[in-house]
Amino acid sequence: MLVCQGPGIGSVTHKSTWALGARTKKWLLADVISTVEFSHSGDLLATGDKGGRVVIFQREQENKSRPHSRGEYNVYSTFQSHEPEFDYLKSLEIEEKINKIRWLPQQGAARFLLSTNDKTIKLWKISERDKRAEGYNLKDEDGRLRDPLRITALRVPILKPMDLMVEASPRRIFANAHTYHINSISVNSDHETYLSADDLRINLWHLEITDRSFNIVDIKPANMEELTEVITAAEFHPHQCNVLVYSSSKGTIRLCDMRSSALCDRHSKFFEEPEDPSSRSFFSEIISSVSDVKFSHSGRYMMTRDYLSVKVWDLNMESRPVETHQVHEYLRSKLCSLYENDCIFDKFECCWNGSDRNGTSDTPGKVWKEPYLQLPLRKKIPRSSNRIAAEKVTRGLKCASNSLQLDTYVLLKPS
Amino acid sequence: MMLSKGLKRKREEEEEEGKEALAVDTWWLDPGHPAVAQAPPAVASSSLFDLSVLKLHHSLRQSEPDLRHLVLVVNTLRRIQASMAPTAALPPVPSPPTAPSIADNLLASSDAALSASMASLLEDLSHIEGLSQAPQPLVDEGPPGHPIGGAPPSLGALDLLGPATGCLLDDGLEGLFEDTDTSMYDSELWAPASEGHKSSPEDGPGKEEAPELDEAELDYLMDVLVGTQALERPPGPGR
Repeated sequence: MLVCQGPGIGSVTHKSTWALGARTKKWLLADVISTVEFSHSGDLLATGDKGGRVVIFQREQENKSRPHSRGEYNVYSTFQSHEPEFDYLKSLEIEEKINKIRWLPQQGAARFLLSTNDKTIKLWKISERDKRAEGYNLKDEDGRLRDPLRITALRVPILKPMDLMVEASPRRIFANAHTYHINSISVNSDHETYLSADDLRINLWHLEITDRSFNIVDIKPANMEELTEVITAAEFHPHQCNVLVYSSSKGTIRLCDMRSSALCDRHSKFFEEPEDPSSRSFFSEIISSVSDVKFSHSGRYMMTRDYLSVKVWDLNMESRPVETHQVHEYLRSKLCSLYENDCIFDKFECCWNGSDRNGTSDTPGKVWKEPYLQLPLRKKIPRSSNRIAAEKVTRGLKCASNSLQLDTYVLLKPS
Repeated sequence: MMLSKGLKRKREEEEEEGKEALAVDTWWLDPGHPAVAQAPPAVASSSLFDLSVLKLHHSLRQSEPDLRHLVLVVNTLRRIQASMAPTAALPPVPSPPTAPSIADNLLASSDAALSASMASLLEDLSHIEGLSQAPQPLVDEGPPGHPIGGAPPSLGALDLLGPATGCLLDDGLEGLFEDTDTSMYDSELWAPASEGHKSSPEDGPGKEEAPELDEAELDYLMDVLVGTQALERPPGPGR
């Protein structure tokens, strides 16, 4: 059970579905969470929701009087990242739903994150203010301007402590570069550039420059009739700033090296597992569609998520994954029903835990030691009430999720 | 494993979310239905084909189709179609159909027509790219080998969605152009392309005859055309 205290959100119990709207100050159904992302150190957890809001949680400090409190997260900041927009030319509404959040590596007191909806990426600065200046010359303490003629002496303003205030301000807006829906953003290891990927293209941005981007991958066919595959996820290598991977709806992963050419339409490596003829069905392609791809921290491996399984790949071997974990194999016999109600198109994320030690051995079938967290994200608004629940995850990770829309899996594998 | 035999579901209206509220739970709770994975039948039932066509139709009618969903459905439909092709003109129907289904109509026509119609439906996607692509500032070493072939002027391909396969679009082809703002046709830029809307399919020469007609402008005009249509349709299921 997550008890949130702080601006914008009242306390939430597992029975209660109501939260105080940050915008309207009215009790309303809390929006469905659409994306979740820890900061690199894990002390901050950012969530984005369908209403375009970002809520950041902060891990509670260690407290001797409450030894179990560490591991709990409290609301740190809430802000409206994206608003719904209307594209008048196409008569289309652009959803404000946050698709992805990515933290920038911390380089000072302030924290930065990128958040994106279908079309626009924004760079937000989150800063703390715990002091305020008093004793201005030109204005009173309540902000009213003083009459300059009445000022007889000058004074130096002094800084006084105040209650901690967390401010979020938009620093950059990267817009108008994507025709299709953005599904991924990834910050490069050079800390200067990042990529954004939609269904057919991947663009490279510089964090300081908002009026242009470089197109580095374009899989749009000359004739849209020939379209058979879309980009589903993309990520930069954690250490090699010239390397990126992107996954497709056909279950393939392509690794590209930006040094080889300006347009990375030709991949350097191509990862695909041959289809198992015994399990082939009409839905084979749909369930093979990769919904998420993540490099390990070491950069030697990557993890992919398709509908039924999680696969771990060694970058040095393109022919097949080194490990496959069936997540919900019991669904394989129900694919037709899942196709009927569109659940088969659901997308899932995956991520590594903090220390991805190499746990494999020579024995085939030996699995990773690492627990990993998965969040299936449904796109639809549930008809019944939402539920915000948090589950304590082993090893101190905690994640807020809507229990109807998101399920939190923790898979602990024996070493 | 596919679908219980003998059950033909009523086709739901696309506007309703009810399409997704089909009683799916019963499929795998049905005691007569094996719950374990088994080798899928080599040939899909016509219901699965119907369902896939419905999904395709539904997906295309969104004002902004989810491309991933669309290509997955199209590819699945092609697989189903490929498996059904050898099995003669009509699928084995367990119970007498009350009305001709989409499957029957489509299978009555040739496979080539179906492929062409699906392909041309996909072609609609190229018209989604409108002006928003134009301001995309590309670096000068843009893809040299990639022609900017956003919107083929051959609207005539849609003519293949003629009476034979017109059931793919409820209104028929005429519905697309019913309330088109004809003032656009008065513009001389339109002259070569517009005539091809309802007459013979247009090919390359149509484009060459109007050399001053920029491809971006054609995109834009097509967008407004399709956009006009989108305005008059009821809003799709909620986002």
